[in-house]
Amino acid sequence: MEIKQLRAKAKEIRRHIIRMLGRAGSGHPGGSLSAADMVTALLFREMRLKPSEPDWPDRDRFVMSKGHAAPLLYAALAERGFFPVDELMTLRGLGSRLQGHPDMKKLPGVEMSTGSLGQGLAAANGMALATRLDGKDCRVYVLLGDGEIQEGMVWEAAMAAAHYKLDHLTAFVDHNGLQIDGPVARVMSPEPVAEKWRAFGWHTICIDGHDMEQILNALSEARTIKGRPTMIVAETVKGKGCSFMEGQEDWHGVAPNPEETEKALLEMV
Amino acid sequence: MTEKIATREAYGNTLVELGRENRDIVVLDADLAKSTKTIKFKKNFPERFFDLGIAEQNMIGTAAGLAAAGKIPFCSSFAVFATGRAFEQVRNSVAYSGLNVKIAASHAGVTVGEDGGSHQSVEDIALMRVLPGMTVFVPADAVETAGAVRAAVSLDGPVYIRLGRPAVPVLHGPDFRFVPGKGVVLRKGKDATVIATGIMVSAALEAAELLAKEGIEAGVLDLHTIKPLDVEAVVAAARETGALVTAEEHSIIGGLGSAVAEAVAEHCPVPVKRVGLPDRFGESGAPAELLEKFKLTPQNLVSSVKEILTRK
Ligand SMILES: Cc1ncc(C[n+]2csc(CCOP(=O)(O)OP(=O)(O)O)c2C)c(N)n1
Ligand SMILES: [Mg+2]
Repeated sequence: MEIKQLRAKAKEIRRHIIRMLGRAGSGHPGGSLSAADMVTALLFREMRLKPSEPDWPDRDRFVMSKGHAAPLLYAALAERGFFPVDELMTLRGLGSRLQGHPDMKKLPGVEMSTGSLGQGLAAANGMALATRLDGKDCRVYVLLGDGEIQEGMVWEAAMAAAHYKLDHLTAFVDHNGLQIDGPVARVMSPEPVAEKWRAFGWHTICIDGHDMEQILNALSEARTIKGRPTMIVAETVKGKGCSFMEGQEDWHGVAPNPEETEKALLEMV
Repeated sequence: MTEKIATREAYGNTLVELGRENRDIVVLDADLAKSTKTIKFKKNFPERFFDLGIAEQNMIGTAAGLAAAGKIPFCSSFAVFATGRAFEQVRNSVAYSGLNVKIAASHAGVTVGEDGGSHQSVEDIALMRVLPGMTVFVPADAVETAGAVRAAVSLDGPVYIRLGRPAVPVLHGPDFRFVPGKGVVLRKGKDATVIATGIMVSAALEAAELLAKEGIEAGVLDLHTIKPLDVEAVVAAARETGALVTAEEHSIIGGLGSAVAEAVAEHCPVPVKRVGLPDRFGESGAPAELLEKFKLTPQNLVSSVKEILTRK
């Protein structure tokens, strides 16, 4: 997919996110919208996938470590053809395959069950080790929240990925500056983020996480790096694309009501 | 209509009262202060509130140090993370060390609702109950919650308090006295006793009411303390009514049902039916739908009592 189409696809995915959350009446819009451009770039351009064969052994893997951004993951997977787009409207309902947080046993395309923050990078490391053992040239991607990286386990995994020279592993930090209790820097500052990953032995790139060209360039650069994993620290705006949600901590885990849903969708045409 | 208050709300309110009364009380959270309601304490006593960020293990470890230096720390997060993620810190830094740390975890059980199985703790009672020296409270309403939080301060040693997300009926009047380790006989029975904890206590009372209409006299024993278990009250219920149904918003493995079954097996064997999650995780759905799906309703307790009567 070309850049222009990717931008359009990201917009369509944002519209799905708003509709799904509006329908469900609960869920996490802020962190779903902030990461939409990165996930679109991964699923529609960067990754080798076969939606008709979700368990294809040679596929690339994506772990949504910040599992509360499930609406984003689901919208992207549905648009990519892993399951019918209509099913998006069942989000969070009783009996739905679209659980509040991603459940790999239920939904095709979900590579790891997440929702408990901090655990995705270790799982991605495991996938990277396994595909390397099998002699495959698969790449593994993982998306972390900037609050999520407060979990100690993230840094245990950061150390391990560099130690095992997982150069086919690429991670993103969605640096939107907000978590539940307020600005990340005020709750428990992980700064300086990029320097920390560098110190842990990662090739580290800083980009604007809403600039499709920068996202694609960073992913291409990551492919050229040998002997260590790559971290892409993406500056983003929480709630991106919806004026009244942008930069607002209170839109972390609250769904838009019917009027707000309509208002948001009007902005996203 | 009876008044409804979430136990997490009552926890937040009681913390503020205690903060005024006792300068040694400090509160820790892990980026969930708005949900666990420790934000109320934070607003009143910002200098005695510590947000550790999304780092539950560090929260428990820090609390151990605060307790070792004479403070009375209350730690809060969701039950899954407070007891699960930080389990080994609770085991070694807190329980093994016998430290005065209070863990008050909210969003326990399936009434978390739409967030789904990853966030619905159905194992926390089991995890905390197995630790030597840990006191385990599962309050049924706002009044028991206030009592449990106050009791936690007066007890020296680790305490776990299990709290819920949704508003639940207030069952007790203002004169209710919370006595740690003592069950509360809410209704005398003859044919069977429903032993319940947490939100299942009000369901048990409703079930007993329904059964009475059919001429079945079921007692209701409210065990707000799972550990130490009120073995005397459990054995008395077994002796007097000859059949027990346990009810909890938790796995039937390791929680109230197990504790009761262990006690009666040793002291007074009678038929026991455990009502709870049948060795499975929860899932997404509205809280009421999930209670229905997992058979945690008064109607199901009625059927369970009838079933146990056939085994007497
Ligand atoms: C282990 C764990 N602790 C707490 C939570 C509750 N929680 C869900 S989202 C969130 C904040 C996440 O902030 P961040 O990582 O910055 O995500 P984003 O801003 O991208 O939404 C928290 C604390 C959780 N899901 N997992
Ligand atoms: Mg964030």
